[in-house]
Amino acid sequence: MTDKTMSADQAVARLESGMTLGIGGWGARRKPMALVRALLRTAVTDLTVVSYGGPDVGLLAAAGRIRKLVTAFVTLDSIPLEPHYRAARESGAIELTEVDEAMFMWGLHAAANRLPFLPVRAGLGSDVLRVGRGLRTVTSPYADPSTGVREEFVAMPALRLDAALVHMNRADRLGNGQYLGPDPYFDDLFCEAADAAYVSCERIVDTADLIKEGAPQTLLLQRSSVTGVVETPNGAHFTSCVPDYGRDEAFQKLYATTGHAEFAERFLSGDEHAYQRAVQAWQKEGTP
Amino acid sequence: MRTTRAEYCVIACAEAWRGDGEVLASPMGLIPSIAARLARRTFSPDLLLTDGEAMLVGPDGTPEGWLPYRRHLTAVTGGRRHVMMGASQIDRFGNQNISRIGDWERPARQLLGVRGAPVNTLNNATSYWIPKHSPRVFVERVDMVCGVGYDRAAAAGPSAARFHRLPRVVTDLAVLDFATPDRSMRLASVHPGVTVDEVRAATGFALTVPDEVPSTREPTDRELELIREVIDPTGARDREVPPAGRDGR
Repeated sequence: MTDKTMSADQAVARLESGMTLGIGGWGARRKPMALVRALLRTAVTDLTVVSYGGPDVGLLAAAGRIRKLVTAFVTLDSIPLEPHYRAARESGAIELTEVDEAMFMWGLHAAANRLPFLPVRAGLGSDVLRVGRGLRTVTSPYADPSTGVREEFVAMPALRLDAALVHMNRADRLGNGQYLGPDPYFDDLFCEAADAAYVSCERIVDTADLIKEGAPQTLLLQRSSVTGVVETPNGAHFTSCVPDYGRDEAFQKLYATTGHAEFAERFLSGDEHAYQRAVQAWQKEGTP
Repeated sequence: MRTTRAEYCVIACAEAWRGDGEVLASPMGLIPSIAARLARRTFSPDLLLTDGEAMLVGPDGTPEGWLPYRRHLTAVTGGRRHVMMGASQIDRFGNQNISRIGDWERPARQLLGVRGAPVNTLNNATSYWIPKHSPRVFVERVDMVCGVGYDRAAAAGPSAARFHRLPRVVTDLAVLDFATPDRSMRLASVHPGVTVDEVRAATGFALTVPDEVPSTREPTDRELELIREVIDPTGARDREVPPAGRDGR
């Protein structure tokens, strides 16, 4: 059995400029933030990022690493608009392929199933088709039995990824990944849609212990679709990673209201340990 | 205590889910959330509600089911859902924008993104809640069509129009719908204290106005009690819509 454990820096060292990178989680929920921070310590740039966007997109955009973005939204959840993403868009720095939430999911399904597209009703009549850079439609070969109509759908192209980054609550050294919160989001699809998938987790446990943590259906990721496993405690910070921890709202507010240069100087100039120490120091300051 | 503007808004939003039966009510925003819970506790007891995350819950928050995002999207495409979304812009035929203001390549203001507006509008009943009715929101043309309106759905063909339905638009001034021959927006009722001319002035396109415009209905005593004492005891609704209307009327 292959031990796939590696450090965050070793994982991101396998990424290259120009790659199409999928990032799991949703908005400001269970984002692989430690891996994103590690990515910011490399020189990797010119990325096409595929994400249900949150501060992962904001941090990469602020650092100028994103050339193209495929998304349905970018939000911090409790703060509706992501300030760094907004600034990047309003300065024309990011090329955007904007698709609907469901179209995005079917794009991942298509890639995971090695199909060129999947038909979706969503998108017809909306401007995602107008701005969607080559989105085409497909006509059903089957007539509707009641109307005789052969329906037309959007042919959502596969969102095939060079690499995926996701964060789990638990994983074993082989790449079996487990979520313990209420929502898996789409992290299994990101891994299955990617040529290489790097999974960070709160804690690496023995394989036999996975099933002690949660019911069988919490075992979201199979090792056959995982390339590397990284143990990064508090690695989704400042997004939520329930039940291990909720979103750090105070810190997220700091992130959203601080200029990127100042934020990066204080929190992103060292390694992950330095980040976690700096966050703790900031939290102590706020406690009388 | 007389009924406040915010309470008329809650009633008008709750009415969106009347007669919907056993479908998921997806309110976005504060007043629609109060309204969906009110409808669930009164005239639409079979509605499904979520905790805003991945659980289906009863009125007291007791979980009754699991609805993570991927299954939520099936509730959408399966049609057993009625969503009430917000709108940064909305036009005469119900086309809605939450994505951006200005150019596509370099927007003047980047907003949320299309989110699920395209899939919602083509698949399940979609109503809108607009807390501040103004010509900036009610525009002749939206900058990006996220939620699909009646004209665009019809033009996009039978697959787009098949399940498309926009039951109502509720604002702090009025209730609007699309019950006209050409499916353009119509004034359905004004909240007590609001005049038809005020609504016209706050709308940036020609609104269809019937000869007789009714008032939004009064809440029952039971509904007021539920709003004030059970669902929103802290009065959060008044922060979204000021008690006497926007100008203290």
